[in-house]
Amino acid sequence: MRSHLGGRLLQVLPTILLVSILVFGLQQLMPGDPAVVLAGEERGDPAVLAQIRSELWLDRSLPVQYFHWIGNVLRGDLGFSWRIRQPVASLVLTKLPVTLQLAAMAFLIALCIGVPAGILSAVKRNTAWDYVANLIGLAGLSTPNFWLGIMLILLVSVKLGWLPPSGYVPLAEDWRQSLATTIMPAFVLGNAIAAILMRHTRSAMLTTLDQDFVRTARAKGLNEWVVVLRHAFRNALVPVVTLGALELGTLLSGAVLTEQVFSIPGFGKLVVDAVFNRDYPVVQGVVLVTACLYILLNLLADVLYVVINPRLRDA
Amino acid sequence: MMRRSILAALCLATMLTGAARAQTLRVALREDPDILDPTLARTYVGRIAFAGLCDKLFDINETLEIVPQLALSYEWTDPTNLVIKLRPGVVFHDGEALNAAAVKYSLERHLTMQGSFRRSEINVMDRVEVVDPLTVRIVLKTASSPFVSQLTDRAGMIVSPKAAEAAGKDFGLKPVCAGPFRFVERVPQDRIVLEKFPQYWDAGSIKLDRVVYLPIPDSSIRLANLQAGSIELSEQILPTDADAVRSNPRLRLVTSDNLGYWGITINLANGPRAKTPLGSDARVRQAFELSLDRATINQVVYNGLYTPMAQGLSPSSPYYNKSIQPRERDVARAKALLKEAGATLPVPVALTVPNNPDQRQTGEIIQAMAAEAGFDVRITASEYASALSAATRGEFEAFSTGWSGRVDPDGNLFSFMHGGGALNDSHYADPKVDALLDQTRTVQDVAGRRALYAQVVEQLSKDLPIIYLHNPKNVVGLSARVTGFRPVPDGMIRLQGISLAK
Repeated sequence: MRSHLGGRLLQVLPTILLVSILVFGLQQLMPGDPAVVLAGEERGDPAVLAQIRSELWLDRSLPVQYFHWIGNVLRGDLGFSWRIRQPVASLVLTKLPVTLQLAAMAFLIALCIGVPAGILSAVKRNTAWDYVANLIGLAGLSTPNFWLGIMLILLVSVKLGWLPPSGYVPLAEDWRQSLATTIMPAFVLGNAIAAILMRHTRSAMLTTLDQDFVRTARAKGLNEWVVVLRHAFRNALVPVVTLGALELGTLLSGAVLTEQVFSIPGFGKLVVDAVFNRDYPVVQGVVLVTACLYILLNLLADVLYVVINPRLRDA
Repeated sequence: MMRRSILAALCLATMLTGAARAQTLRVALREDPDILDPTLARTYVGRIAFAGLCDKLFDINETLEIVPQLALSYEWTDPTNLVIKLRPGVVFHDGEALNAAAVKYSLERHLTMQGSFRRSEINVMDRVEVVDPLTVRIVLKTASSPFVSQLTDRAGMIVSPKAAEAAGKDFGLKPVCAGPFRFVERVPQDRIVLEKFPQYWDAGSIKLDRVVYLPIPDSSIRLANLQAGSIELSEQILPTDADAVRSNPRLRLVTSDNLGYWGITINLANGPRAKTPLGSDARVRQAFELSLDRATINQVVYNGLYTPMAQGLSPSSPYYNKSIQPRERDVARAKALLKEAGATLPVPVALTVPNNPDQRQTGEIIQAMAAEAGFDVRITASEYASALSAATRGEFEAFSTGWSGRVDPDGNLFSFMHGGGALNDSHYADPKVDALLDQTRTVQDVAGRRALYAQVVEQLSKDLPIIYLHNPKNVVGLSARVTGFRPVPDGMIRLQGISLAK
């Protein structure tokens, strides 16, 4: 196991390097000249354009631009936003807690709905419980986030006036107001993931419940819920953890549409605004940080497998 | 259990959002402003935040007249010498005095700072002289009648020299000006917070304690926030949402003419893609224009709220040419013109439209209308930034695009229609129009300039390098609690006089 983890760690660096090259290369394919975008209504003045290009190294060759950027990144400098002149690192640091909070809340909601629903529908398979759980799962999977978001705003904020429709208050500033501003987007995000978690938990549980050791546990006269939760569920957890890590990683990369709808100033909104404004250093910085987070989460999932399932320790 | 905890959270939040805030105006903006440095800033929404932060030498009023702000008066002692008298007793947010030296410093900063976006606005300026502590003389290289109007916007904003020297390029992270409100904090993409500046020279007109600018890009979410009472003012309400605001007793809708225009720019000579029937023959363009019914476009797409228009000057401008009105749709005449021009039917037109719902819809209506006259319009929806770049490079045949507009007519016409104009994507060049546009810059009196612009507009309505469609409106949604809001065609939200009823 230790060598397995060691191998995974060794893969991390080349992966991040590849991501950096991809991010850098792909955005060169975006149509629209960043200098023209940055110049705004002054775009007609060639002197202004030339000045922007030279200031931002846009007049150098691509490899020179890349090595200039990656060299700075290795020294811990992610550059500064072309649009608002703030350092990318500080932007990332201000957005990270927002995204972490939203992701944690959404994931918690997803776990609280998805896993119990999955277990229930597997245990009570082909009963009304199962059908209802499946229906909820299907609805969650097929409802677009932005639509659900707008509907919730119209109902909960505009009609009922219970929650603020958008915006964000940091946890440290006022935790109650913070929860009030994040509960709807967290629910929207969590709802979609709950559906996926529910489907996977259900199918993993169905497979496990049919196995011999479950029959043995039942034969020993154990309480049914002990059989289900302690014996079957623990064994069914591995695929669920894998999926959970992937979904959490996606959440951390920023819930683009949901953040846009609820005006939550997280990674998703940062990256979307940066793409539209051709603010390349911000796009590069955020994607790089997200890729690192994603890789870290998958490493964590590898460790978790072993904690959950001791048999994997010898593998 | 889960449901119960959600309900509990909902109830908790209800109590919290009900709490009243004392004289804090929350303003929703359509996007996050860029850097808050008047010299380096570019965005329209940034100017809205500057209206709270930085006063200007001059301002404009509802009828686009230039009125004093930090300056008391101006006088042209000759066509290249402008003498400005400053208001006494004005201080910056850091307590420094605003005097002639500070004005000289700011104007020179706008002109020479690396990365300045004001340079092109005031590059006709040769030097600034301090006559006495409250008088400056600006010497121009050549006569320029639009110059004073430039000082009614960011180029006329005066920054604290001490703070600007200390912060350098980072000045925009914590701007220090002489406006009614001073900078408190900014969380990018979330909020910009300003608080009342007690030593403001016109403190009596300021009733608010705090202003918070919130970028909310989605128009329906801006509306939802307004309806839910979590903002008091939203700029740019969609015309299609206007009825929802009007019918709500707790809200108010305020519309005013905008300085800009929307139209179809046609590639006349910008690269190989100009070689189309539309690009090479004015009669084909006239036929295209005659096939369109601007009123219908306005009714269907903009709820009848905008003003159909056939020129580049806003109806609010004193230079607006009332004799040039949109032509009635006349398909028969359009067909006749096409025949006269010897065009093979159907005439192909590649129309680029920005990828927004209203622009796509406008494109489709144009497609249907023009088809009846014998045009085959193919629409390409493109993200706006990419489309603008393509237009500059000449990679377009017809491009549906607009301009936010300027106070002086020069700002709406010169760059677009002069043969050497910086934003002349169409590459339209007419010696008569060029001469007239040059001349407008040297004439000072309004009547004289109006006569010149009348000729320009008339010629353009025949040549049609841009088929103007409409003048958009500034559509602002307000909470009924807001009183004292004064709409001005530049769309800025002036905070003087605004207060909130309890």
